[in-house]
Amino acid sequence: MTGSSLLSVRDLSLAVAHNGNQVVKNVSFDVGAGEIVGIVGESGSGKTLATRAIIGLIPPAVRHAGGTISYRGRDVLSMKDRDLRQLRGGEIGVVFQEPMTSLNPSMTIGRQLEEGLILHTKKSADERRAAILDMLKRVGLREPERALAAYPHEFSGGMRQRIMLASVMLLKPALLIADEPTTALDAVVQRDVMELMVELTKAEGTAVLLISHDLPMVARYTNRFVVMEKGVIVEQGTTEDILSAPEHPYTRKLLSSLPFRAAPRKLDMSRTPMVSARNIVVEYPGRKGLFRKQAPKRALHGVSVDIHVGEVVALVGGSGSGKTTLGRTIAGLVQQTEGEILFQGRERSADWRDYRLNCQMVFQDPYSSLDPRMTIQALVEEALRLVPDLDGAAKRKRALETLEEVGLGGDFSSRYPHELSGGQRQRVAIARAIARRPKFLIADEPVSALDVTVRAQVLELFSDLQKRYGFSCLFISHDLGVVEQVADRVIVMQDGRIVEQGDRDRIFDQPQEAYTRKLLSAIPALDLNQTGGVTLKWRLEA
Amino acid sequence: MRKLTFNGVIGGGLIAALVITALIGVFWTPYDPSALGFTSRLAAPGAAHWLGTDEFGRDVASRLMIGARASVWIGCLTVAFAVVFGTLIGLVSGYARGWVDGVIMAVNNALLAFPGILLALGLLAVFGANQYGIIFALGIAYTPSMARVVRGAVLSLREREFIEASRVMGNGEIYTMLRHILPNCLAPITVLATSMFGWAILSESALSFLGLGVPPPAPTWGNMLAAGRPFIEQAVWLGFFPGLCIALTLLGINLLGDALRDKLDPRMRGLK
Amino acid sequence: MIKFILNRLVMAIPTIVIVSIAVFTLIRLIPGDPAALMLGDMAEPQQIAEMRSVLGLDRSIPEQFVIWAGNILSGDFGRSIVTDEPVLHLVLSRFMVSAEIVVIAVFLASLIAVPAGVIAAWRQNSLTDLALVGTATVLLSIPTFWLGLLLLLAFGLKLGWLPVLGYVPISENWTAGLLYLVLPVMTLVIHEMGVIIRMARASTLEVLRLDYITHARAKGLSESAVLWKHAFKNAFGPTWTMIGLILGNLLGGIAVIETVFTIPGLGRLMVDSIFQRDYPVIQGCLLLVAFSYVVVNLVVDLLYPLFDPRVVAE
Repeated sequence: MTGSSLLSVRDLSLAVAHNGNQVVKNVSFDVGAGEIVGIVGESGSGKTLATRAIIGLIPPAVRHAGGTISYRGRDVLSMKDRDLRQLRGGEIGVVFQEPMTSLNPSMTIGRQLEEGLILHTKKSADERRAAILDMLKRVGLREPERALAAYPHEFSGGMRQRIMLASVMLLKPALLIADEPTTALDAVVQRDVMELMVELTKAEGTAVLLISHDLPMVARYTNRFVVMEKGVIVEQGTTEDILSAPEHPYTRKLLSSLPFRAAPRKLDMSRTPMVSARNIVVEYPGRKGLFRKQAPKRALHGVSVDIHVGEVVALVGGSGSGKTTLGRTIAGLVQQTEGEILFQGRERSADWRDYRLNCQMVFQDPYSSLDPRMTIQALVEEALRLVPDLDGAAKRKRALETLEEVGLGGDFSSRYPHELSGGQRQRVAIARAIARRPKFLIADEPVSALDVTVRAQVLELFSDLQKRYGFSCLFISHDLGVVEQVADRVIVMQDGRIVEQGDRDRIFDQPQEAYTRKLLSAIPALDLNQTGGVTLKWRLEA
Repeated sequence: MRKLTFNGVIGGGLIAALVITALIGVFWTPYDPSALGFTSRLAAPGAAHWLGTDEFGRDVASRLMIGARASVWIGCLTVAFAVVFGTLIGLVSGYARGWVDGVIMAVNNALLAFPGILLALGLLAVFGANQYGIIFALGIAYTPSMARVVRGAVLSLREREFIEASRVMGNGEIYTMLRHILPNCLAPITVLATSMFGWAILSESALSFLGLGVPPPAPTWGNMLAAGRPFIEQAVWLGFFPGLCIALTLLGINLLGDALRDKLDPRMRGLK
Repeated sequence: MIKFILNRLVMAIPTIVIVSIAVFTLIRLIPGDPAALMLGDMAEPQQIAEMRSVLGLDRSIPEQFVIWAGNILSGDFGRSIVTDEPVLHLVLSRFMVSAEIVVIAVFLASLIAVPAGVIAAWRQNSLTDLALVGTATVLLSIPTFWLGLLLLLAFGLKLGWLPVLGYVPISENWTAGLLYLVLPVMTLVIHEMGVIIRMARASTLEVLRLDYITHARAKGLSESAVLWKHAFKNAFGPTWTMIGLILGNLLGGIAVIETVFTIPGLGRLMVDSIFQRDYPVIQGCLLLVAFSYVVVNLVVDLLYPLFDPRVVAE
């Protein structure tokens, strides 16, 4: 611990009010002045609730069930409402995960930032304005004057998160609670916002409690962190110690769930590609208003991709890069404006039925990709509906076998999607896609909605199935870590164009383009050690 | 086990009572509802006539039972009409998109610009003021609301990945619509249909009250209330009980509607 | 902003055109020959034929529509078959009576019900909330014509505090005019309160869940500042739209209230005209209500950015 203790949480327990289930159990940790402390945990670990309790903002359905929280020696839990409000904002600032919803949409940025200053400082109107402009400049807004009168919807997600940061840091709090501050942002933007946060808090001497599911990110910016699982702190210590020699099995599991690079595979690239897309252009027609006509928007500017037999090709890029559009075009969900798509060397429209039978897709959101009114078995069986030469009994048998293969045997078959966890749903989605034994699979961010440990299991399942059935795959992802684990070849996209492509090892070890380097700078290279720990190395510091 | 809510129990109970009363009324009523009783005109509620008699000496309770039947019948047929046509129009419009959707929705929105009961009034001038005229008029007046809700549900469902998954599987449009879209529209359709049942009963009684609904001597709650209006001072029960029946029915439907909405609305699910 | 306004104005045009076509069609669908109806039973076939040509009924339907629409646009809604009054004048004068009652009622109801709904949402699941929601559900279930009769019986006949039947324009006699308005307005206020409380509560609940409310609390704002400065403005949008719809719906559905209190408003005029098959008047009523519905919604739409600036951008 560095410095004197600013915040001290002792044996904190929180319980669901109506049934007494403890969702946070005997949690203790400290944050010293000016220190950056992390809390790492998956969804349901209680990390967010525990930190909400620090500012007295637990939801009404949850009650305090024991323990103390003291801030600068004062007991937060017994504070009067008025004193608590002094604490919030003024002493302890909070940055939330979702920049799209954490600013009030009907209030100008200027007014929202001013609110806190009016409440917690005695500054005059002119001083407030000057302070706000200065802070907006520091967080990197180009036209702070204009931003004052603007509404949140006029800014991008990354900009909004900067504005959130400005609104919190404006009050010079002694402690900043950052709850998944960059999770909702693009990989490249994530890094910038984190660096900005660290820079600002350092300058003001503000301590940071950084809450995240992203272990490498926490490790990168903290000296000390806490690991939570199901409401309990399973391990805490210095970042270095935990990483090199994790003690608790859960910490080890978290570390081993981090994506690692598999050995490169030898593939026969001389055969006709399974799928090749040539010079694909996709334009979305502009909106035809009465007073103006928008020019059509070009999402893809002539992109060509080959996917060979048995090959996994990863398509990476930020949002708006066109990677999803390309995937959907190849899947036949979007009609290309120009260009052709060949399947096994023939224009796919020559035998559309054959293409349909052999090209399947796994979607991103397991909560939306399964029809909520169908059972698991019915969902998988439906995929076999149009498969010729299979009678009803054979289809049922194949569906159950496939479910077994993805680890959902037994009585899962009669359940409905809402009775399954996110990981289980994604297994169903995979089962549905491979039940037909397709030759080609498109996976659009198949694991990005999943928790770290679940993600590792699903990726493993995916790799196993790919090896067993040998399907070719176009794997779309914004997460380079995942890509490093599964891909044979990587294609980097930006603004509807291919920036760089090549074998995975070449892209990861010798990236040529600045954009690729920038993407890579956001993820660590992992070296596993014997004790179950890892060494994180950051490549290519920007 | 499905959890019963206060709203669901009370609402369901009231509606069950209504339907049972209407069914009993088909076979049995305490008195012949149209038998005139010259000796017992405007009798106050009592042992002989629980809810009193009207200006012709007819038993109010018996007439209310027959009126319940009319309300349930008109309510059911109106809702059936609006559900069938509204769903069809909504599905086609939401699924077709493009200019088909544009035209259908322009007409739909224009029809929505007529307050329901006003459109019904106008249509009654065409169909004539009788039971089936009311059903057609109200059915047509409510169809645009149903169409709009179904279209909205279809549009939001279309964005869901399971619809795309169905396309990737190679399923045809009609199959996808019937197998995936329609079943998932059932929740909003049910919720709206429940409210519509209430609107229909209310509108029928309002129209009958105005003299444009089911013509006397056939009793409906609305025309009984209208007939009781001149006697409001001497014989308050003539207007009071029909109105109470309407109010309790609407209360039942509103409570049941809330219970259904809580249960079926996916946004509400998981919050409890 | 200007683009937003123009866009909304232009979007109202097809609605108005289709509304006109619908009214035109509806009137043509009413059984019976208008010419014969206007001339009565004693008319000779030749007179009827002359009348048909005067009315333009011998032309093709599209032609008839163009002539009809032209007349409407120039303010000629025809004359009442029964009283021979110009329809536009008749309908407008009755419309003012109905509009007065409806606007006052909706205004008062919103004034009470919106804060009540917001408070119910803020105290969700508390006794206050249950009481407010319960009351609202009961109020909304009471048919207005029954409530009106009961209020009339209680305050008019039994207590004798208020005049029972009839109407005096406020412009003629200020105090008497107001007294006559009390009962009908009260009836509508009670009923509409139920609708508005529930709507305001639902939309406030939706907003209270959002991150910026937690953020406002985390800034140290007091509960009342969070509720009224941050939650209320964002939650009011849907309620505002709802109030517009209620206004429009009441204009069409006010016939029953006017019947209960024998007020010479638009609704009563429409019903009487249906009885008398006076369809120039029916047509005038339908057109006027539908147009005012479109206009009310247009105004509601145009004011919406005050509560949610995002709509302008879309």
